[in-house]
Amino acid sequence: MADRILEVKDLRTRFHIAEGTVYAVNGISFHLEDGETIAIVGESGCGKSVTMLSILRLLPIPPAEITSGQALYLGRDLFRLSEREMEQIRGKEIAMVFQDPMTSLNPVLTIGRQIGETLRVHLGLDKEAIHQRAIGLLDQVGIPDPAHRLNDYPHQFSGGQRQRAMIAMALACLPSILIADEPTTALDVTIQAQIVELIQRLKEQLSMAVIWITHDLGVVAEMAERVLVMYAGFIVEEARVDELYEDPRHPYTMALLAALPRIDRRRDKHLRSIPGAPPNLLVAPKGCPFAPRCELAFDRCWDEMPPLFQLGPDRRAACWVDVTTGKPF
Amino acid sequence: MVDIQTTNSFDTPELVQVRDLKKHFPITKGLIFERMVGSVRAVDGVSFTIRSGETLGLVGESGCGKTTVGRTLLGLYPATEGEIFIDGHNMRKARGEELLAIRRKAQMIFQDPYASLNPRWTVNSIVGEPLRVHKVFKSDKERSERVKELLSLVGMSSQLVNRFPHEFSGGQRQRIGIARALALNPLFIVCDEPISALDVSIQAQVVNLLEDLQDKFNLTYLFIAHDLSMVRHICFRVAVMYLGVIVELAERNEIFENPLHPYTQALLSAVPIPDPKKARARRRIILTGDVPSPINPPSGCRFHPRCPIAKDHCSRLVPEWRQITEGHWVACHEV
Repeated sequence: MADRILEVKDLRTRFHIAEGTVYAVNGISFHLEDGETIAIVGESGCGKSVTMLSILRLLPIPPAEITSGQALYLGRDLFRLSEREMEQIRGKEIAMVFQDPMTSLNPVLTIGRQIGETLRVHLGLDKEAIHQRAIGLLDQVGIPDPAHRLNDYPHQFSGGQRQRAMIAMALACLPSILIADEPTTALDVTIQAQIVELIQRLKEQLSMAVIWITHDLGVVAEMAERVLVMYAGFIVEEARVDELYEDPRHPYTMALLAALPRIDRRRDKHLRSIPGAPPNLLVAPKGCPFAPRCELAFDRCWDEMPPLFQLGPDRRAACWVDVTTGKPF
Repeated sequence: MVDIQTTNSFDTPELVQVRDLKKHFPITKGLIFERMVGSVRAVDGVSFTIRSGETLGLVGESGCGKTTVGRTLLGLYPATEGEIFIDGHNMRKARGEELLAIRRKAQMIFQDPYASLNPRWTVNSIVGEPLRVHKVFKSDKERSERVKELLSLVGMSSQLVNRFPHEFSGGQRQRIGIARALALNPLFIVCDEPISALDVSIQAQVVNLLEDLQDKFNLTYLFIAHDLSMVRHICFRVAVMYLGVIVELAERNEIFENPLHPYTQALLSAVPIPDPKKARARRRIILTGDVPSPINPPSGCRFHPRCPIAKDHCSRLVPEWRQITEGHWVACHEV
């Protein structure tokens, strides 16, 4: 077994806002192996992005509060590092690519300057070396004529090119973990295919581990080795990618897969929709958060959150019911 | 341009006919002496028909002009050229009473359920607005009754009439938008990306609702979307747009199983399949570069700079719109 490069234990993140407390992440644990690609999937508000921002300590505190947990990067707990030590890791060893490249890039600085900043801060290179390195990076992410494009501003780049530039910035210091937070959601499918291929190629070349955050089960099938499914701040299922799609073990995963229309199949009937809506996160979780929408729920589900039962190697599901039989364990 | 006579298994009459529709947006310069310096050719010669009770899908990447087609069809943008007939009425020539009559028959559901509902209005005023404008009822009471009926049609409690949009989730807001579109008993609804702002678990609810309503009222839809999997599910026929023109049009299984235009092939191959084994086995056509600007579209076939099979003549000659097999139309020299 490869080494665990990142291990998150019992992470809980809350937000204290005027309306009350938002229970965004409710005690999740997972790990990432060196060179592995995992995907975290879930719908908006399920806590997938907050988890990553918590680990990188990018959340404003307050209103955010991390009430418990550890995030061990190569054995060091990121939550116990000083801000200075954290700065040495963030952007250098763990880098992140965000969903919307237009709001994540500074509109009044050239692309070259923004890539250069990472190199200057973390590697302390001189001007000429930064320039050469930035050209190399843009070239690596497939931007034609990189020497000229360095002088362009973000608005002169197309959506796909901006995301490539963001990836170039993230890769500047050869990170060992790349966190990609819905990097293709704002893009068209043809551009999405380009970006997915690019990240997969770079991952091989640079032997990075990748955490891919998305709501798109299609993209997950394409690039992840292992998948975590999140719902209302909990991990509800974890599996290797083939197992998850062939044999999902949590009613939420099953419902989600059944609700998807398929481009590779002829239509048969209506889509299987999931009734209701995700729970209000302003209410402290009690019982299984999916119970109100679940066909298999029984008394216990409403009162007690099931733990993640180990169902096999790399295989866990948080459900009181054995979905293969429809009966409680 | 050749007229499209797509014969298919439906014997129903054509409710919507569009011929050589163009919509150009002017680009102007100068504040006081404003002059036109060019135009964005958002829609540049598009023809299609939709049969009564049918759902036609209009797909393509952002900026291809699909939303502009929908809006121009309903007169939200004045067309630059071309003809639009809805239920026999000439949309571009109609004035006064006739125009009002067409507007009652043709409605729209918008993409963003947050921006398309007035935040200061109650559900009652939002859904009742078309009824008020077209003076359908004499009294407020009758109108409120109709609003309640519409809400129950879209699966919402009629007790919610006095609530405001912010009290609802995205899926519920989209239902309110659908109720508003149904208020005047339309024949034809343009659905402009009605589900792309919604979460996966809510999308299926809204799509099923749209299908139920279609069955119930024999509605005709133009379904504009970029989610090709959903389009395969909901549409009877599909038109693929690229840079202001339709490049391929066919019945749904035909276009998804036997795409002929290289752009359609690339677009379909880029759609992720939620099945890891199939995804690994699949061969992908990755297009290089981005969509060119519609201000200055490429000569000849607009797709030629990105086309994997482009020949010399593709940059010179505009491909003819031809029928390859029954009901399967394509604009490409190399098919």
